[in-house]
Amino acid sequence: MVAVSSWGRLGSWEHEVRFISDRHQVASPMKSSQFGIAYGMGRSYGDVCLNPDGVLWNSTGLDRFISFDEVTGLLACEAGVLLGDIQRLAIPRGWILPVTPGTQIVTVGGAIANDVHGKSHHVLGSFGNHVTKITLARTDGTRIECGPAMLPDWFSATVGGLGLTGLITEAEIQLRRVAGPWLATETLPYANLDEFFALSEASESAWEHTVSWIDCISGGGGRGLFLRGNPADVGPRPEPQGRKLAMPIVPPISLVNRLSLRSFNMAYFNIKKWQAGKAIVHYEPFFYPLDNILEWNRMYGPKGFFQYQSVVPRALGRDAVQAMLGEIARSGDGSFLAVLKTFGNRQPLGMLSFPQPGVTLAMDFPNQGGRTLKLFERLDAIVREAGGRIYLAKDARMPRELFEAGYPLLNEFLKYRDPGISSALSRRLMGY
Amino acid sequence: MPDYQKRIVILGATSAIAEHCARLWVKDGAVDLTLVGRDLGRTERAAADLRVRSPQSVVRVLEANFVDPPAICQLVDGIVDVGAVDTVLIAHGSLPDQAVCQQDLTACHDALTVNGISPVLFAEAFAGPMQKANHGTLAIIGSVAGDRGRKSNYVYGAAKGLVARYAQGLQHRLAGTGVKVVLIKPGPTNTPMTAHLKQQGARLANVEDVARLIVKGINQGKPVVYAPGKWALIMMIIRNLPDIVFNKLDI
Repeated sequence: MVAVSSWGRLGSWEHEVRFISDRHQVASPMKSSQFGIAYGMGRSYGDVCLNPDGVLWNSTGLDRFISFDEVTGLLACEAGVLLGDIQRLAIPRGWILPVTPGTQIVTVGGAIANDVHGKSHHVLGSFGNHVTKITLARTDGTRIECGPAMLPDWFSATVGGLGLTGLITEAEIQLRRVAGPWLATETLPYANLDEFFALSEASESAWEHTVSWIDCISGGGGRGLFLRGNPADVGPRPEPQGRKLAMPIVPPISLVNRLSLRSFNMAYFNIKKWQAGKAIVHYEPFFYPLDNILEWNRMYGPKGFFQYQSVVPRALGRDAVQAMLGEIARSGDGSFLAVLKTFGNRQPLGMLSFPQPGVTLAMDFPNQGGRTLKLFERLDAIVREAGGRIYLAKDARMPRELFEAGYPLLNEFLKYRDPGISSALSRRLMGY
Repeated sequence: MPDYQKRIVILGATSAIAEHCARLWVKDGAVDLTLVGRDLGRTERAAADLRVRSPQSVVRVLEANFVDPPAICQLVDGIVDVGAVDTVLIAHGSLPDQAVCQQDLTACHDALTVNGISPVLFAEAFAGPMQKANHGTLAIIGSVAGDRGRKSNYVYGAAKGLVARYAQGLQHRLAGTGVKVVLIKPGPTNTPMTAHLKQQGARLANVEDVARLIVKGINQGKPVVYAPGKWALIMMIIRNLPDIVFNKLDI
């Protein structure tokens, strides 16, 4: 048994870890009297990748490419391949992942199972929108191949399906043409939410990537920095060196706390405001600003941290976000890594996919036990009221009724579950 | 005229260490790679991955019997008939269960064969033609386990010790020729072969780091490469511990 935790480091639990390294030999490691769940890079924040006292199928050994057509941009690979491996392979050949989350240190299987999204959602949807085929290994030994045109119901259950429909062993992804690794970007400070929504509206048609950092604590709450970018054909230039910093230890207390936060945010806003404007930026710092600080999650100290990411429909979005910021300000807690972004009008692809038309707010909070959970209850009430939902890849604590209200296709989804698969999250929110 | 492509042969090409070495080689430029494996399907999957990573490289696949001397001879003859070889990496092996080896002589025999005799036979088969060509690097993966017999894995250690002594002799034989012999001694590395060690909480080296050190050591033609390097020091201590101390250790 090995103690395993997820990215939020809220705890670590004993698991029997089985390493999967041959995509054609998964039946025997998957056979068990105990429940199992796939575990890739452990970058989901809560309990979606955990299965205490049960089995984890570590998929990182499934790290082979299968084929890549440089004419069409169609890539097939095993599920443990990292998004960063794909970017490094494809970008020099003129192709890029159309959708990527804020870290490239995640597996393809995890990206599908959580139907991750990124700064391009308003144009390109979520990760699953670019997946053309998934191979699924079930605990009964059968294999299922599905895609948008092949068993689309299985596809829709598996994209965003939290690994509960089977072990994803391989996938085929349609990459997008790109001229090179550079983006033309613009950073614009905004003073309040109205300005944020006006900037979003004005940027969505002409900019492939939009996102914003919101200062949810200093400056009255609601000011922030709006970042937008487009792929740029600027020819070759020197690429940034891959110098990585690492968080070498877990500090005894969270470095993010009431004292540090206000000054962090104040400084960050003002430095960035001063640097605002246009720039040519390499894709790595643009998409993955935190990947250069290895194990940054340790900065929250031994008790770990929570992420709270919600999406609320556009019509009520402004008021709901304002109300959430108000609650956070009243609590005296706050978040350094707070991200606000509008999603596009696409309907979610997977039955349990998170992105839906609206505005999404993501924040992380050091774990301060009951006080933090109390704040979340107040945020839950706002999300519920606005008809929103919470992102399962980041959740470790939402109540079951909020989950059921937010994910109306749950009952449809349950038909596709693999009876040999279960996670801490599925037991918490689905009962088994 | 096409550019000269370095010709590399890997025995046991589906081992995690070998696969990662191959990825580093194709990353450095187009090469002519021959992958030899026990299981054709798995070897083909490793080859497909390398072809995606380096479309300019030539990746060939051969299925082999690793314990039958005439088959080894025939396989190696076939490889060297195609042309001179620049690098040979002998990487196959499997970590046996020591307790089973103590109970079951067949398991013990198989472990000694696949980890000791088989790599030596492959090396011997390549040594002649490489000496004749007066060119190339012959790298064999041994193990830190071969440095001193320990109760927890001395059957594996004995096989790897055989490889080490063989490599030493071959280095002596080929000294002064254009052929270099590199003995690689990885410490416990995070691969499917050691999955059960990880289960017991062992700290294992990252396979990519180990592969990087191996490729570097092969390029430099070092006689012995410990990967990671700290194992050179650790094993020096272990080798020199007096029995009175060593025999008390539970290792």
